[in-house]
Amino acid sequence: MAVDRALPTPEAHDLLDLVRDIIAKEIAPRAARDETEGRFPRDLFTLLGRAGLLGLPYPEEHGGAAQPYEVYLQVVEELAGAFLAVGLGVSVHTLSCFPVAAYGDQERRAELLPQMLGGELLGAYCLSEPQSGSDAAALTTRAQAADGGYVVDGVKAWTTHGGVADFYTVMARTSADGPRGISCFHVPAGTPGLSFGRPERKMGMRSSPTAQVRLDGVRLGADALIGEEGEGFRIAMAALDGGRLGIAACAVGVAQAALDAATAYARERRQFGRPIAEFQGLGFMLADMATQVAAARALYLDAARLRDAGRPYGTRAAMAKLFATDTAMKVTTDAVQVFGGYGYVEDFPAERLMREAKVLQIVEGTNQIQRLVISRALTKDA
Amino acid sequence: MNIVVCVKQVPDTATERKLSSKDNTLDRDAADGVINELCEYAVEEALKIKEAHGGEVTVLTMGPAKATDTIRKALAMGADKAVHLVDDALHGSDALGTSHALAQTLKKIGFDLVILGSESTDARTGVLAAMLAERLGTPQLTLARKVDIDGSAISIERVTDYGYDKVTATLPAVVSVVEKINEPRYPSFKGIMAAKKKPVQTFGVADAEIDTAQVGLASSWSEVTEFAVAPPRAAGTIVKDEGDGGAKAAEFLASKKFI
Ligand SMILES: Cc1cc2nc3c(=O)[nH]c(=O)nc-3n(C[C@H](O)[C@H](O)[C@H](O)COP(=O)(O)OP(=O)(O)OC[C@H]3O[C@@H](n4cnc5c(N)ncnc54)[C@H](O)[C@@H]3O)c2cc1C
Repeated sequence: MAVDRALPTPEAHDLLDLVRDIIAKEIAPRAARDETEGRFPRDLFTLLGRAGLLGLPYPEEHGGAAQPYEVYLQVVEELAGAFLAVGLGVSVHTLSCFPVAAYGDQERRAELLPQMLGGELLGAYCLSEPQSGSDAAALTTRAQAADGGYVVDGVKAWTTHGGVADFYTVMARTSADGPRGISCFHVPAGTPGLSFGRPERKMGMRSSPTAQVRLDGVRLGADALIGEEGEGFRIAMAALDGGRLGIAACAVGVAQAALDAATAYARERRQFGRPIAEFQGLGFMLADMATQVAAARALYLDAARLRDAGRPYGTRAAMAKLFATDTAMKVTTDAVQVFGGYGYVEDFPAERLMREAKVLQIVEGTNQIQRLVISRALTKDA
Repeated sequence: MNIVVCVKQVPDTATERKLSSKDNTLDRDAADGVINELCEYAVEEALKIKEAHGGEVTVLTMGPAKATDTIRKALAMGADKAVHLVDDALHGSDALGTSHALAQTLKKIGFDLVILGSESTDARTGVLAAMLAERLGTPQLTLARKVDIDGSAISIERVTDYGYDKVTATLPAVVSVVEKINEPRYPSFKGIMAAKKKPVQTFGVADAEIDTAQVGLASSWSEVTEFAVAPPRAAGTIVKDEGDGGAKAAEFLASKKFI
């Protein structure tokens, strides 16, 4: 059942109608199959780009749609509910565009953004490394000044769209000075010295490729630097604040999909002579699931409205990511339970949604790291 | 080139469609109105021709006030402007009446090429393109799965039972298309926004000099005198295979005179 949404403008309703139409006709029918076969749906990103859905929160000047996060995230939620590889892909792409959009100079923005937001160029975001995950500032990929530009060497781990992206937003070290020694670079696919590992064999979200990105003597011009030297970690964290809201929206989408599937099944499946939904033990479970999904949605929208109002929102975004992804894990697990044995097999969507939910507790800062962010904000001197 | 696409609003095929007990015509308020599927292909083809040869695409819709939703959809796909023919006098028009009304309007607004879907999912007469061409005195190129334009020459591949015919004519002309012709685009979000500002001109019967004696329910040559709701589908018969399944299936088919 379509989620009833109070959107801020009539145009946002038109936008959601368009998204639902594309989901029903182009995305939902193939999600399960693509997922089983581990096929990356690159064509869907082209379609979404043409429909103007890949640059929603960015300014119109360079091909964006100037939509508030409150609206953009609800689009991500709907996409993720139909096909997480697409919803999360849109979120990661939006994250990858952020440094150029927010810190790039006018020339770079005019050059790169129209194609990034139009769907011709798909993005990837390279922060994690094999030895530095939660402790992202411990990254060791180096960018050394040379010939008026940079030479980059290192290995990036877990890159969503690694090997299929058209550009890589790479955090690399320009000095030994801890977080302040990190800088942000724009690296186009095809740059000599760039290569990729075999895509990871994952528990879920198999049609979204995740791979190592290896940089071996990659030569970049001075204009590849986004923002100032040493500003990279700040840019990466600012990007992640928004990215975490994207992950929260994805989690709500997955949880809503699980709730919808479980509810429909519980009304149809009969045991002891009646639909299982009529057993209070099961009906109350569905009620809890629905309440948790609604609460998670309310929390990410609350954080989004702070952001849209130009207020600091990082802590609230961390709360939304933490709560929404834990909720998705709980709700999808319960959905499998509602399906009984049928929940454990691939013929029904519940098991896929449960596998998909798990990754959301890990990416863009594990939920332990979200708690760290929240507790630090609480105990910091004002 | 001045291209006019005729676009119809039809009840959503996904919802239950009803006839009105008042006058035995389609109850257009009972179901959600959507753009007739084949009309999307017609709009797409018009946009492609415009992209290749330049010109302007006008949407022409005859239908009640709520048909504006459908007009907006066609405009969001990229059409430039629209004419909405709306008048109570037109309610209940059959294919003959509709072709008269549309032909009169087309004469008023002018055209080099008229494109239609080959049929609508509600009435499914499939004759409108031919009737329109006759009334306008232009060639008719129907059931096109491919359209080529070269200067004032137009040729199509017309779908037939055995393959296709190549049909050639000179513009102005009327073309109807089948779904093999293209893959309609989705409107973009920007297209949806832009569509709200595109001009939609409203015509009544007087504006288009439509002869009211030829349109409307009373003037229809055909009349629906009675209708019945389709009976719910009966449950199937389950034949249990006890080694004689083949014989039983054959028996069943024979009883229905299939074999
Ligand atoms: C499918 C997928 C896609 C990904 N996509 C991207 C991408 O596009 N770009 C990118 O840069 N990265 C990406 N990642 C990487 C992801 O962000 C990291 O996996 C994540 O940040 C955790 O890092 P780690 O795996 O090294 O775990 P570790 O940091 O080694 O953590 C191991 C465990 O220790 C816990 N832990 C660590 N530190 C603390 C602490 N201080 N207090 C309490 N607990 C702690 C963690 O919560 C975790 O449970 C992706 C990962 C996956 C699985």
